[in-house]
Amino acid sequence: MSDESQKAKAKKTAAAPKAAGSGKPAATRTRKPASQAAGASRIPARVDVLKTYKLFVGGKFPRSESGRVYEVTDSQGRWLANAPQSSRKDARDAVVAARKAFGGWSGATAYNRGQILYRVAEMLEGRRAQFTAEVAAAEGLTEAAAAAQVDAAVDRWVWYAGWSDKVAQVVGGANPVAGPFFNLSTPEPTGVVAVLAPQESSFLGLVSVLAPVIVTGNTAVLVPSEKAPLPALSLAEVLATSDVPGGVVNVLSGRTREVGATLAAHQDVNAIDLTGAAGDPGLAKELEAAAADNLKRVRRPEERETDWSADPGTSRLLSCLETKTVWHPMGV
Amino acid sequence: MSSASTAPAFADVTASDAALRRYLHGLPGVDAVGLEARAATLGTRSIKTTAKAYALDLAISMIDLTTLEGADTPGKVRSLCAKGSNPDPTDRTTPQVAAICVYPDMASTAKEALAANGGAGIKVASVATAFPSGRAPLSVKLADTREAVAAGADEIDMVIDRGAFLAGRYGKVFEEIQAVKEACRRPAGSGDGEAAHLKVIFENGELSTYDNIRRASWLAMLAGADFIKTSTGKVAVNATLPNTLLMLEAVRDFRAATGTQIGVKPAGGIRNAKDALRYLVVVNETVGPDWLSPDWFRFGASSLLNDLLMQRQKLNTGRYSGPDYVTVD
Repeated sequence: MSDESQKAKAKKTAAAPKAAGSGKPAATRTRKPASQAAGASRIPARVDVLKTYKLFVGGKFPRSESGRVYEVTDSQGRWLANAPQSSRKDARDAVVAARKAFGGWSGATAYNRGQILYRVAEMLEGRRAQFTAEVAAAEGLTEAAAAAQVDAAVDRWVWYAGWSDKVAQVVGGANPVAGPFFNLSTPEPTGVVAVLAPQESSFLGLVSVLAPVIVTGNTAVLVPSEKAPLPALSLAEVLATSDVPGGVVNVLSGRTREVGATLAAHQDVNAIDLTGAAGDPGLAKELEAAAADNLKRVRRPEERETDWSADPGTSRLLSCLETKTVWHPMGV
Repeated sequence: MSSASTAPAFADVTASDAALRRYLHGLPGVDAVGLEARAATLGTRSIKTTAKAYALDLAISMIDLTTLEGADTPGKVRSLCAKGSNPDPTDRTTPQVAAICVYPDMASTAKEALAANGGAGIKVASVATAFPSGRAPLSVKLADTREAVAAGADEIDMVIDRGAFLAGRYGKVFEEIQAVKEACRRPAGSGDGEAAHLKVIFENGELSTYDNIRRASWLAMLAGADFIKTSTGKVAVNATLPNTLLMLEAVRDFRAATGTQIGVKPAGGIRNAKDALRYLVVVNETVGPDWLSPDWFRFGASSLLNDLLMQRQKLNTGRYSGPDYVTVD
């Protein structure tokens, strides 16, 4: 489908969500359209309030600059919603927002970052039902299985939140040197990190790649799963209401190839996580080559989609850190 | 009242305070809604590819790279001059800026630094006349101007006395501009041309109405300004697109009436390339390509240059650039 006809469709669904039960949207809704009500005596059904999903850039929820959207379907191919399809200019704006947020977020105390991320977990808990429904629809899981995924995701978020004031002890510290110096190494965040989230695991996988990046003080531009972006766009709503400063996380739904290429080539992005390119080795290679231009840190995708329910270990936590080492005279 | 520097057609207008007031108040009122709508419409033009490349280079060559802080040091002025002479060290095809704008005491430093950096073609502009408030006796303002000219300033950015203007004492403002213009003359035989160019700053944010801006434009042009400039950059409202459009209309009408071309300089609040391109569209559509040159249109700005350079890099390489690839001052 061309971008033009997508634009037209978006307009149509927004303007007339109840268009006589003929369009895809109405056909998949459970409530019956008013025009199908049998007799005049029947109380007409409520008009559906369809949700317009938006991007999340700099703490705000804009539409894509391009005006484009694409159809998101459930695992059976039934229409769920129109998600914004980001353009390269959205990617540019997101990087500017992430760069602007970096100073404040990386400069916040580790304790403060941990508290804020814990707050995110609290808010996720309150929206359990919504995320369960979205994950179930996106991944074709039973409600129980989807609920287990959401629980695991919230637990993982809490687990990473706890790392905020502990990571320095694990990978930093005093180094023994043969001279009258204190020699201290401390981990510092890499900067603006582009994260291509896994394509299959729309929520647990998403949390597992996002949380370790921001907990250490990086800011993130997140490209969620191309076919299942709705949990990520809802996560953005949670982040916006839980004290995470605007710009620390930016969510750009759309075509992974299109947005990924811009982010990989962007000179103001310091690292890129290519997890979302796991199923497409050609794309991963292309993005890695583009990323080499300004010596971005690159995290290569694994050959097969990771088992996100397994213990994550600290590898993701440590992959976006730089080590600063200071020599200080002892004064003896 | 002297009218030596006034165009002959307007000699009677400036003959007395009362005549000047009658003339300025007789100017047609500004249609504020129409002006803003016109500026907004012109602001939506899309400039792409080769036209964008041309516009970015033109905008860079029109910048008065400015530092007007209490904390300015000779070192800071020197680094600014180095940047103006060679804006993008990774790309030698980048044009130089038009001028370096500093306080009078830094004018000689700037002059030397430009000569040392291969920026001899870049002008030194100095603010004067008790910038930014303009609240000082005339003798002090004139001394300020003479010192700046003697220190090597090629252009003088003066502020008008907004208090007198708003009180309706147009004659006082007129005479002051004429006196400063006189003070811009260089002593015979100094070899730097006859006189420093005079830019007159209105501080549009303090004039508060479009009618006042139109009156101030005509007043300054009648008094002999070479350039009219929107603002000092020190108040809340600085250059806006409608303000600049209004001043461009004034210089267009002045040229039609007298044959004398006057330049326009919006200053303050123009921070990114997109804004700068909007201004260039307004110039082209209002007064035409005659003004699309650093001799007739300038941007008073500091952070604008970095954004223009980043856009230029994006256009040349296809990759978005970042602040790591320009000098931060």
